[in-house]
Amino acid sequence: MSVPDTVVGTRLDPAVDATPDPLARARDLLGVSRLSDTALTRWLHALPGVDQVGAEARAASLGTRSIKAASKAWAIDLAISMIDLTTLEGADTPGKVRGLAARALNPDPADPSTPSPAAVCVYGDMVPFAREVLQGSTVRIAAVATAFPSGRASMPVKLADTRDAVANGADEIDMVIDRGAFLAGHYRQVFDQIVAVKEACRRPDGTSARLKVIMETGELVTYDNVRRASWLSMLAGGDFIKTSTGKISPAATLPVTLIMLEAVRDWREATGQQLGVKPAGGIRTSKDAIKFLVAVNEVAGPDWLDNHWFRFGASSLLGDLILQRQRLAIGAYSGADYVPDDSPGIY
Amino acid sequence: MATFDYAPAPESRAVVDLQPSYGLFIGGEFVDGSGEAFKTINPATEETLAEVAEASADDVDRAVKAARAAYRGVWGRMSGADRGKYLFRIARIMQERSRELAVLETLDNGKPIKESRDVDVPLAAAHFFYHAGWADKLGYAALGPDPRPLGVVGQVIPWNFPLLMLAWKIAPALACGNTVVLKPAETTPLTALLFAQICQQADLPPGVINIVTGAGATGQAIVDHPGIDKIAFTGSTRVGKMIAREIAGTRKRATLELGGKAANIVFDDAPLDQTIEGIVNGIFFNQGQVCCAGSRLLVQESIADDVERRLKRRLATLRVGDPMDKNTDVGAINSRRQLDRITELSAAGEAEGAIRWDTDCPLPKNGFWFRPTVFTGVSQSHRIAQEEIFGPVLSVLTFRTPAEAVAKANNTPYGLSAGVWTEKGSRILWMADQLRAGVVWANTFNQFDPTSPFGGYKESGYGREGGRHGLEAYVRTGGAA
Repeated sequence: MSVPDTVVGTRLDPAVDATPDPLARARDLLGVSRLSDTALTRWLHALPGVDQVGAEARAASLGTRSIKAASKAWAIDLAISMIDLTTLEGADTPGKVRGLAARALNPDPADPSTPSPAAVCVYGDMVPFAREVLQGSTVRIAAVATAFPSGRASMPVKLADTRDAVANGADEIDMVIDRGAFLAGHYRQVFDQIVAVKEACRRPDGTSARLKVIMETGELVTYDNVRRASWLSMLAGGDFIKTSTGKISPAATLPVTLIMLEAVRDWREATGQQLGVKPAGGIRTSKDAIKFLVAVNEVAGPDWLDNHWFRFGASSLLGDLILQRQRLAIGAYSGADYVPDDSPGIY
Repeated sequence: MATFDYAPAPESRAVVDLQPSYGLFIGGEFVDGSGEAFKTINPATEETLAEVAEASADDVDRAVKAARAAYRGVWGRMSGADRGKYLFRIARIMQERSRELAVLETLDNGKPIKESRDVDVPLAAAHFFYHAGWADKLGYAALGPDPRPLGVVGQVIPWNFPLLMLAWKIAPALACGNTVVLKPAETTPLTALLFAQICQQADLPPGVINIVTGAGATGQAIVDHPGIDKIAFTGSTRVGKMIAREIAGTRKRATLELGGKAANIVFDDAPLDQTIEGIVNGIFFNQGQVCCAGSRLLVQESIADDVERRLKRRLATLRVGDPMDKNTDVGAINSRRQLDRITELSAAGEAEGAIRWDTDCPLPKNGFWFRPTVFTGVSQSHRIAQEEIFGPVLSVLTFRTPAEAVAKANNTPYGLSAGVWTEKGSRILWMADQLRAGVVWANTFNQFDPTSPFGGYKESGYGREGGRHGLEAYVRTGGAA
């Protein structure tokens, strides 16, 4: 066995052409002349399997890391800066969205040094109201699209949904894959849909909204499926792979996120291209968030410890992070009434 | 802070009440030893932790007499249900005092607190719980007609899992109605002495457990003592052979759990990411100081480069250092002597032409340390492929076909354990059938459970510990005297 000249964190084979044409790139990567379901099946099913027991044991062991003092303060601020502050309810109103956006600008009125979340994440029709508040700030606007959350609509509807959100000023689009097609083995169909939505993210000036591809891992069930869906989404040109809509349980578990972190790590080694990961749904406490950051650090590597490459899709996580941040600052717990909340339950 | 620096998260040692000196535990009391007291040190700092009495042959004789008296007077005639109550009580106290046991184990042994906290101590308690359940059911364990205790058992245990090996030895012995004279290793006597306090706390009748500390001479005195009915030993093959020779022709029975040179076999269809974790756990768990460590990695040649690259990337994230830090993955080597042996064998590996690689991580100034090390280009004839290193050193070999993997895996005088990594179930079963090893792990490594028997083939020893099979070592049946 020869000693490889690349060991840690370096890119293996940057030979793959970073052509804007995802179909050509996919054919190139797979080494096929026609990107058929058969070719995609052969490629995806040749990925190393995931041993469920081993993957869950690894996730659990990462969860036992003990993060203290200055490292914890740093991790909390990083986690805040990685949040896609989310409201995705049928009862969303312009007022609620404006409130959420205002909170993103000023998450802790008592401490202006608190970082802002990366983005607010809303339904497409709510984008203009978020924009009113966020224009000119560093906080991005993400919109869910493509008949979120089920994805059960025809392609023209999904594409119109996407174009509408982009036209309204969304910086990022969170699409859902067709899980039915994926589970039926129609990989080419899933691929084509992602490619089409990515194309719909393009603005008239040639720039593009970043595309997050929601795989809804709770419906894919097995870790092998999560790994295959991750690679398929990356192959089709997704900028981010995202676990869940938040409407299905289980949502963002640590083992699932671990598999996705391995996927982006290995994708970069294979292509030289770095892509993002977004666990969404079910991450509510600072303790949980820090476990995820430990996993990012040790599995994908420190390059991903940046809100350009890693996000938390969450609504209530910000409150707990602020609470913990205040505790580190004053040495005692303040309480829920010291953390502003613009999205309390209404029922 | 540009990167995610985990600040030190040291476990407090305040929970341990270290005494300046410890005596022997004989007849339910701590007594002075007549040998010369010796020091036990913290291998991570080389500071002296305590002075410990050395048991002479006379002290061992006293201990055996106390054990015999307890056997005749109480323990040997006690009902299984009542013995079980004591074992349950010991198990519960071990759980209650688990932090204390874990901290003391880490101080005396050098293993990461993460491991003593999550593996050694919980498993040790589990062994007592498990065997407590057997105590009144021995007649239904298919051991043979009328299972009865052997009498007084002499037990000599190693330094790599001091408390866990104690539990493996003592729990089945007591469950079956035997009394015990146990010698912990000279570099790690402290948790055994804390266990003696737990026996007092549990009101275990005096003499049922006797702990005699000391080095080789004390162990020799136990083996030679005519009042011992059975020897149970875990340790090196060299000493195991000596014991077998000594007791040949006597009425003493023996179970020996000796060295190993396990093959961890990786096929090209293995679940790679979990395989890498399993390789790491196989050889760097407890600094590789594990008799069943996966010290020989046999990897299918077609994926060897990929596995090597992934393995090195993973090893770079291992945190080596202060064992008391909760984030430490790899701790200190147990003794200067062991460190010298690892150093010597690694140098031999290099001299024989294998390619050496280590993580190049910084090491603390004091204490005994060895970086996680990987040798590639190793062949069967190299010493590092044949001899047990008992340290964080992995030898990587390759194979082409399943038959070749089996042949190479079995081509060792040892036969304690093996690992097989493949997604193909039929191949796992075939391999398990072909491998001459007491334990074969499939898509995992270094997993232990009290219900599962453990023990070796060939020069890895004989007898089984744990499970129903482990009970056989502590009973006689039918007309046997």
